[in-house]
Amino acid sequence: MKELMKGNEAIAEAAVRGGCRAFFGYPITPQNEIPEYMSWRLFEVGGTYVQAESEVAAINMVYGAAGAGARAMTSSSSPGISLKQEGISYICGARLPCVIVNMVRGGPGLGGIQPAQSDYFQATKGGGHGDYHLLVYGPSSVQECVDIMYNAFDVSDKYRVPVMILGDGMLGQIMEPVELPEFKDLSKLPRKPWATYGDNKGKDRQIVNSLLIEPDVLEAHCHLLEDTYKEIAKNETAFENYLCDDAEVVITAYGTVARIAKSAVNILREQGKKVGLLRPITLYPFPNDEFARVAKQDCVKTFVCTELSLGQMIEDVKLATGMIKPVKFFGRTGGNVMSPEDIVEYVNKEVY
Amino acid sequence: MAIVYKKSNMLTDVPFHYCPGCTHGIAHKLVAEVLEEIGAEGNVVGVAPVGCAVFAYNYFNCDMQEASHGRAPAVATGIKRVLPDRIVFAYQGDGDLASIGMAEIIHAATRGEKITVIFINNAIYGMTGGQMAPTTLEGQKATTCIYGRNPEVNGHPIKVCELLSTLTGPSYIARGALCDAASVRKAKTMIRTAFQNQIDKKGFSFVELLSACPTNWGMNPEQALSYVKNEMQDLYPLGVFKEVK
Amino acid sequence: MENKIIIAGFGGQGVQSLGMFIAFASIHDGKEVTFLPSYGPEMRGGTSNCSVVVSDKPVASPIIARPDILIAMNKPSLAKFEPKVKPGGCIIVNSSLIEDKVQRTDVDVYYVDANRLAQEAGNAKTANIVVLGAYTKISGVFTPDVMKAVIEHKFAKKPKVIPANFKAFDLGYALE
Repeated sequence: MKELMKGNEAIAEAAVRGGCRAFFGYPITPQNEIPEYMSWRLFEVGGTYVQAESEVAAINMVYGAAGAGARAMTSSSSPGISLKQEGISYICGARLPCVIVNMVRGGPGLGGIQPAQSDYFQATKGGGHGDYHLLVYGPSSVQECVDIMYNAFDVSDKYRVPVMILGDGMLGQIMEPVELPEFKDLSKLPRKPWATYGDNKGKDRQIVNSLLIEPDVLEAHCHLLEDTYKEIAKNETAFENYLCDDAEVVITAYGTVARIAKSAVNILREQGKKVGLLRPITLYPFPNDEFARVAKQDCVKTFVCTELSLGQMIEDVKLATGMIKPVKFFGRTGGNVMSPEDIVEYVNKEVY
Repeated sequence: MAIVYKKSNMLTDVPFHYCPGCTHGIAHKLVAEVLEEIGAEGNVVGVAPVGCAVFAYNYFNCDMQEASHGRAPAVATGIKRVLPDRIVFAYQGDGDLASIGMAEIIHAATRGEKITVIFINNAIYGMTGGQMAPTTLEGQKATTCIYGRNPEVNGHPIKVCELLSTLTGPSYIARGALCDAASVRKAKTMIRTAFQNQIDKKGFSFVELLSACPTNWGMNPEQALSYVKNEMQDLYPLGVFKEVK
Repeated sequence: MENKIIIAGFGGQGVQSLGMFIAFASIHDGKEVTFLPSYGPEMRGGTSNCSVVVSDKPVASPIIARPDILIAMNKPSLAKFEPKVKPGGCIIVNSSLIEDKVQRTDVDVYYVDANRLAQEAGNAKTANIVVLGAYTKISGVFTPDVMKAVIEHKFAKKPKVIPANFKAFDLGYALE
């Protein structure tokens, strides 16, 4: 039978089952259930947990543990993620796999604690300094959180690129039925040849480092990262296309907003209007090809981008579609959340 | 012919980049010798700082991680927590440890992380060109206090061993100096005790080494060593501040 | 079938646990459900509410603009959510704490003297379970047996409180 689980707790359990054995965190609303859960759960499976002195320390503990070959993660919410950005940049520079969860709250500054999507730019465009990206997922249900988290370490290990799960306060707090997967067999994982396990001697010794002082060397390193991102885009890009094949209006949304938008699509369909939903599941890499393909459909007249921000993903929607069809925007911000009826009203007023 | 002295196996063949008269080289040598003597080869991970010792990962002949500025104790915590049977050490300077990284060192210490931290206190920011450090002495000149450190403007120097020894987590806190042969030998004993404490799982261990920076102090090496001996030790007395037996 | 419920009251009235009972019953019954609590400082003694959507199909939006059912446990909650109830929907009013009558004429209204009935059941803390009984009867989404199985399961570690909760549930379910 399925279990009723809160988003934050489901992510934590899925992480453990997916192989997480080290968690480093710091309290911040609305993600506290993740560190709280990990603080007892990891010790049951032979893992480790530290409540760090700050988000800055926590992400650097992730750096150390990931560099030592462990499946390590951290979680936080917007202001805390800002503090982690320096560490995330170093992790990307040193090509360390790990998982970072951001349960976004409204900003800027201390902002509020209610759900928001206003960290989209930060998550998908790099976030810290330097030429880098994370592999960013925007799950929209607790089950999808579980499924993505469960495989996140495998994906991150494969490419040596950190995975960020970009949720929001709503996704962290909501309870839904979930099916939890079996534990991954960690004994079958290969040794990481680049990791500092401490048993390497002499010429086999490993250095985890992001300092590349020669411009030619650093440039080559950045190209290596770029090639990796291209490979990720080829293999990992994910999206959901809901009723877009005959759609005149395509609503775009990710995360929890996408399910609100899906209800709106259902209502509009009942009203006889041909409306669909195009939902990126990977926010970076953005599903550019699918957006371009849908934009080229003759039936499609307009895109409506819905977000819990003043408009961040809309820039990627415009880029991906080449703006061959108009892209309108409907958003709430500051922790306010639109209802399906709000989206219906917008579409009926502004499009039809 | 009998070999009476050789370079430690725990140092690579990469030549040090340090300035003439700098005591980082001595500190590296002491740490490497102790690691070799306690049989740590193939069982150790080191963490390098940001500062003059940023390239320490090129010199220590073991697995190394390069931390961001000030975060070496957090990085070492992450390593030690997932590799509890390895010897894990961090090597930091005064700006790295006592300024930007003060939270990390205090909390690693109070958690009693079973790591060893080697703290090079030369009372100056070396790599960036001689700015005032948290440990710069009152009256000591630096590029950001050209008339000498004035407590009214710049605050007072910080005594890290004294501070950390008030905590419960540390098992060993000691301060040595690298200014003459006798003090170097004593410093090596401190470093050995610190690593032995880690092996014995007693808790956090820490050795501060008063060090010379002739380049940024505007002195020749001999004057610099004399400054360590005669000026620095007045403010930063040598000795063992805490030891859990 | 899709049943959208907003439950609201003071922190400490068992508003969240009332919502969770409905969510657990959904799982027990093989239905789809979302339970969305309000969160933050208001949970410590201020107003508290949650949104529960029960459905035969996967639930899309957990956000409810127009609830089918409003359960108002205190006066401010009734004032805040009464205008939002879907025409033809229903409001369950905890009349122990709310003297006002519902003004809307296009909804069904049920007044439940929940705190008094909880006393009658032998445990003042069971007012939310009285209301759960009333909800079960009014909505017809779950059988009383399913709800009682959930109550039994949730109080498995405190079996002493089960009889009072069963009685509270029955008193709520028996209301006309």
